[in-house]
Amino acid sequence: MIQLVDISKDFISDKVRVTAVKDVNLTINNGEVFGVIGYSGAGKSTLVRCINLLERPTKGKVLIDGIDLVQLKEKELRKYRQKIGMIFQQFNLLGSRTVFDNVAFPLKYRGISKEEIKERVLSLLELVGISDKVDAYPSQLSGGQKQRVAIARALATEPSILLCDEATSALDPQTTKSILKLLKEVNQKLGITIVIITHEMHVIKEICDRVAVMEGGNVVELNDAISIFSNPQAQITKDFINSTSNLSKMDELIEEKSSVVELEPGQRIWRLDFLGTEATKEPIIAEISSKYNINPSIIFANVDVISDTVLGSLIVLVTISEQAEEQVIEYLKEKQIKVEVIKYA
Amino acid sequence: MHSLMTQYTPNLLDYWPEFIKSIGETLQMLFLSGIYSFVIGLFLGTVMVVTRKGNILENVYIYRIIDSLVNLFRSIPFVILITALIPVTKLVVGTFIGVKGAIFPLIIGCTPFFIRQVDMALSDIDPGLIEAAQSMGLSPLGIIFRVYLKESIPGLARSTTITTVSLLGLTAMGGAVGGGGLGSFVIRYGHNRYYQDITYVSVIVILIFVTIIQFIGNIIIKKTSH
Repeated sequence: MIQLVDISKDFISDKVRVTAVKDVNLTINNGEVFGVIGYSGAGKSTLVRCINLLERPTKGKVLIDGIDLVQLKEKELRKYRQKIGMIFQQFNLLGSRTVFDNVAFPLKYRGISKEEIKERVLSLLELVGISDKVDAYPSQLSGGQKQRVAIARALATEPSILLCDEATSALDPQTTKSILKLLKEVNQKLGITIVIITHEMHVIKEICDRVAVMEGGNVVELNDAISIFSNPQAQITKDFINSTSNLSKMDELIEEKSSVVELEPGQRIWRLDFLGTEATKEPIIAEISSKYNINPSIIFANVDVISDTVLGSLIVLVTISEQAEEQVIEYLKEKQIKVEVIKYA
Repeated sequence: MHSLMTQYTPNLLDYWPEFIKSIGETLQMLFLSGIYSFVIGLFLGTVMVVTRKGNILENVYIYRIIDSLVNLFRSIPFVILITALIPVTKLVVGTFIGVKGAIFPLIIGCTPFFIRQVDMALSDIDPGLIEAAQSMGLSPLGIIFRVYLKESIPGLARSTTITTVSLLGLTAMGGAVGGGGLGSFVIRYGHNRYYQDITYVSVIVILIFVTIIQFIGNIIIKKTSH
């Protein structure tokens, strides 16, 4: 378990004190995939570096399984760092060494026999799926392959925690997906706690169990992934979520006064959000259509699966009287569907 | 061969044994001062990089001392440096003339240049690699040897090549003020007695040396770059 207690980190540049992280309290449970999302400069990279003390917090405690790393002597700290693997946006592979030697790098000079190192390296390369590149140099690999080597290297010392600092930000969408899948596998197969720093909401959507949203050095929202997506509280969280769904186009259309959203008298635009498999399977539109004799037309729709839970949204255009509208909204609320009137004529 | 030499390089033929001896002296100066400068320069250059602000063994004082000394000695023209060093040279090696007396000032003249080169080569290492090594729990010494030095071998080979070529230039200059070697040989005969053939043949010899140094350097760079 990782516990960050009252962590603050100040940097002093040109005699000006800049606070990168402010009084952050976080508990990350064993075996979970924990995401930290924020725009660049939000302090998330600094925060994750506080976990393995690459950045020493100005104040606060970093407890790993109850032991405060801040109190440790350099030598002991280095031992603990072997239990915390880390991967980076720029992979940080050693260019003068082969894939094999990169993965073997953290194992050398630790009293591990050559045979054992070889065995471990080869099995790690198999785990990350690049056994065929053992003798290649990093410059001969693609971005995704480099990150796979980096993951194998980070796992070489059999850590219980893996820190990922924007690990997919330099990769294309397809490769990002495959790397996230690999991380999920690592998490499930080896039971390693994973902390992921990102500015991309779809990374969170893909694999995170819980999420902390950071802004200006503070954690502004902390919740499990499905709650973050279905019921975001902070404005920045809402912005992030909008960035991943095509529903945000709706706002643009309204702003641009597009003909699609030009309403005639009696017309409304609703946004319906539904959560869970039950709600998804119900033919809600058909039901309200026959029950209240209205004909909603679907403008946008979006369905996501987050932590194995279905999260759907619809934007519909209906012609309806005010009275009937109240009834329909009431009915939908009973069905656990969130209704928001985006625009009315 | 002999008849060709009598025709084109008559003077050189007269001073042949001295010519061969001078080449030997030049090589002796190059190797001895080169090895010392390499070891000292690599050590101090590395210390300079790791003690720089924000680096793994940050120490402003050590960094500033090395940095200032490098700047000081780099700014003194070598001919003047040799002269200025005479008392120290005498103290250290017992004499300030000949090959023996030239090696000490050559080390002092060459090392600061090499320190700067090492500094540049090591500073080229991506800070991300250092961070990654730290995250794996490597000690500062481990980072120095296994990341800084190992990863910058191509850069260091390039620096060493450049430094060796410029050191070759310094050995010739040493000849001007009482040292031995080709420099001294050319000044005595090519310059003072205007035996032009001696000058030109010496130029060719130096050119061959530079080519060999560059060739070896390039091979090492090529073998170690991936």
